[in-house]
Amino acid sequence: MQHKVIDTKDVVIRFAGDSGDGMQLTGSLFVDTSARFGNGLSTFPDYPAEIRAPHGTVSGVSGFQVHIGSEDVTTPGDFCDMLIAMNPAALKANAKWCKRHAMILVDADAFDEAGMKKAGFKTDNPFEELSVEDRALIIAPITTMTLESLKDSGLDRKAALKCKNMFTLGIACYIYNRPLETVYSALQAKFSKKHAELFAPNRKALEDGFNYAANIQAIPNTYAIEPIKSAKKGTYRNITGNQATAWGLLAASERSGLPLFCGSYPITPATAILEELAIHKSLGAKTLQAEDEIAGICTAIGASFAGNLAVTTTSGPGLSLKSEALGLAVMAELPLVIVDVQRGGPSTGLPTKTEQTDLNQALYGRNGECPIPVIAAHSPANCFFAAYMACKIALEHMTPVILLSEGFLGNGSEPWLIPWVKDLPEIKPPFVSGALSEGERFKPFERDPETMVPKWAVPGMKGFEHRVGGLEKTHAGVLSTDPQNHETMVRERAEKVALISRDLPELVVRGPQSGDLLVIGWGGTYGHIASAIHDLQEEGVAVSYTHFDYINPLPPNTAEVFSAFRKILVCELNSGQFASYLQALYPDKLFRKFGKVQGQPFLVGELVDAIKKEL
Amino acid sequence: MPTLTAKDFKSDQEVRWCPGCGDHAVLAALQRALPKVSQVLDYAKERYVVVSGIGCSSRLPYYMDTYGFHSIHGRATAISTGIKVANPWLTVWQACGDGDALAIGGNHFIHAIRRNIDINIILFNNQIYGLTKGQYSPTSKFGAITKTSPYGTVEHPFNPGSLVLGSKGTFFARSLDVELALNEEIMTAAAMHDGTSVMEMLTNCVIFNDGAHRELSDPEVKADHTIVLRHGEKMLFGRNKEKGLVYDGRKLRVVHVGEGGFTEEDVLVHDAHTDNIGLHMALADMRGPQYPVALGVIRDVKDITYDDAVRDQVKDVMARSKVHSVDELLRSGSTWEVK
Repeated sequence: MQHKVIDTKDVVIRFAGDSGDGMQLTGSLFVDTSARFGNGLSTFPDYPAEIRAPHGTVSGVSGFQVHIGSEDVTTPGDFCDMLIAMNPAALKANAKWCKRHAMILVDADAFDEAGMKKAGFKTDNPFEELSVEDRALIIAPITTMTLESLKDSGLDRKAALKCKNMFTLGIACYIYNRPLETVYSALQAKFSKKHAELFAPNRKALEDGFNYAANIQAIPNTYAIEPIKSAKKGTYRNITGNQATAWGLLAASERSGLPLFCGSYPITPATAILEELAIHKSLGAKTLQAEDEIAGICTAIGASFAGNLAVTTTSGPGLSLKSEALGLAVMAELPLVIVDVQRGGPSTGLPTKTEQTDLNQALYGRNGECPIPVIAAHSPANCFFAAYMACKIALEHMTPVILLSEGFLGNGSEPWLIPWVKDLPEIKPPFVSGALSEGERFKPFERDPETMVPKWAVPGMKGFEHRVGGLEKTHAGVLSTDPQNHETMVRERAEKVALISRDLPELVVRGPQSGDLLVIGWGGTYGHIASAIHDLQEEGVAVSYTHFDYINPLPPNTAEVFSAFRKILVCELNSGQFASYLQALYPDKLFRKFGKVQGQPFLVGELVDAIKKEL
Repeated sequence: MPTLTAKDFKSDQEVRWCPGCGDHAVLAALQRALPKVSQVLDYAKERYVVVSGIGCSSRLPYYMDTYGFHSIHGRATAISTGIKVANPWLTVWQACGDGDALAIGGNHFIHAIRRNIDINIILFNNQIYGLTKGQYSPTSKFGAITKTSPYGTVEHPFNPGSLVLGSKGTFFARSLDVELALNEEIMTAAAMHDGTSVMEMLTNCVIFNDGAHRELSDPEVKADHTIVLRHGEKMLFGRNKEKGLVYDGRKLRVVHVGEGGFTEEDVLVHDAHTDNIGLHMALADMRGPQYPVALGVIRDVKDITYDDAVRDQVKDVMARSKVHSVDELLRSGSTWEVK
């Protein structure tokens, strides 16, 4: 049979196996190779909460989906062109994500009686049972061949079996014409520090998988996905949202000249930010793994009072625990950044899954009238800039700021054109300057009449001794229960936050600037909504889209944008929290809701359908 | 640097504790101790930060003319920790009550001690919740009758000393509100100590728990009910120092010097600097009527402090790392060029 290389615009591949099968590694190596090759890409790790869930069961399946393309890729893709299933459970959990023409590669050796039983198959034909028997099936004895490949490697059976994923990756690299050299260098980097002896056998399994794929009849054609041609010039890297968040914080620290302090408690899916910051002590970052979430934020508040750029990172349940201390930071008017990498809730909820359900908590989850700026990152790489801006707003406006990220962003990755720190906006905290005159006392809550921002005097500055705290005070910092003073201070703190709007970038409307339907999104749904809008506009549908990075306060032209459209549809991964928020602020407009609360990102297809219904 | 006096540490705010409250005396001792500390350690006034939680005693920062932070219930220790790690040059004092530090803030309290962060904690122990008007606290005596225990509590109290030493604390001292001179001495020692210093101040709440510590403060009986420990001095107590503490191989014993074959030679000499935490625990645990209650600096030992360790690690990694700017970081590892 003639071997054909078919040029393809984009392709979605889903790697699935037991949570111990190394699927996340396999996926990320494939991504790394594709990124260096110059493809656009987006990833979506989908893994269980258990580290090693029961072997071979559907609940223990770990997946990693990657979407690569010869043009910009904004989502990890709804359905896959290729499913790689390392066992029957992985096939069962993921068959529903296969496109009509998808290829399915399985490890034949795992489909024995025991494996089929664990996965809960009732017949001996899993493909028929899942109605995917008509897909292009590649049933390869991966386990047997990996063992055969490594029989002279010196590895014992158990260690050799761990290389199955590399054999599989070799097959995928063949099918999608990925150069093996870049996988080698990534593999070498992984094994260089620890277990250097494992590099050679992993490399061999990878090569043998590649060669196996070249020799079998089941793979008549391979696919080529060209590098992006229109990509901007510069240096790129692949980056996850959590890494980008950590680096954005470090950049703000360097640009503001304030040391970074992060007080945090480990929590899924935010932990990687704390881990990342802990590495970078060479940039002066101090990380304190606190005894609990409350100590995380309270140590950060202490560090802020002492003049550091203070940060605490968490996820929904942790944000709940931090509520009281957040109120303290509002009252003491101290800069602080709280990163909430949202996960499925309420309570422990779906710790490893993604949602946008903490919006109300971020906006309102405190006692008293306690407004806090809320901003949201819209893609993994954008977490860098969002974190940077959260710091800038906090430091310049003397307020805690909540940055909403999402599990989907934190764990997902995409290529990123690396910026220079000097090109980022300046950060100028309102430190006190000069000295006080004889007998004059520093007034910690006296405000700039333009911005309502008080001055910042840090312990150690001679003559500016003052007290802050949770009790209501006057501008001079004196305790007061005077009714009028309280109302004034409540109003001024709110005004300070509202005035930030003037510094925010304007909303950008994609598509017609006025018309019948405006679609709205915020946070991590950006890629999916943008993709759906793109598809609709290609079809000739008149629909516009605007995306909110800034939630509280809203961008300055928000009312103007809204007034240009007859109908507004808000798409979000909750039951309509942002829509309700906007409805309260703009009662004259009607905000239609399209929500999803399944712990999963939107599918482009379902967004297209939902938007069409509104036309 | 001009010499500081107690007046320099007094703020212009009216002190609003109840007349007769023990907190007044502790505040006075602190305002007298800090000028001395400043002189000995050459500290300027702007280096002091006074932190508190919530409760009567936590109003203390408002009365000190230093940088101050009146935070939220239980969290003072975490705030103090953040301040000290962020800027180890600052000298942090903390005021907290028994409910604040040992109930709602118990977790932060033991972890600060475990880390040995260099902060000075004054623990005001009046064995009652005062600000909320008279409920039992984690240090109220078993059976204490309070508003939330009208039939008496059915739970055992914490002994703060056991908690500190059980967390491998490096400094623990105990005193009474009325012992002004001793308190100045203890506070000065705490300031000199590198690491978490806990000073338990047994204070009197005149309104809700009056006389809780009368056995220890009443001039008629206090000599028999307390022993003031000083490093290098014999553990003697009693009106005429006629009683002493000896160690009989198993436990501490109270003896009358010159009786039962015990001479002053047999009486223990207090060693606050010994690693022997067992003996310090035994001393901190002493309770009447069998034993006198130990006052003074019970333990004061050297160990690495958290803030120093954090700073040293940052310095060390900075010296060894190849990445010294964010631009370098962003371009480290796997990158590619689009030309």
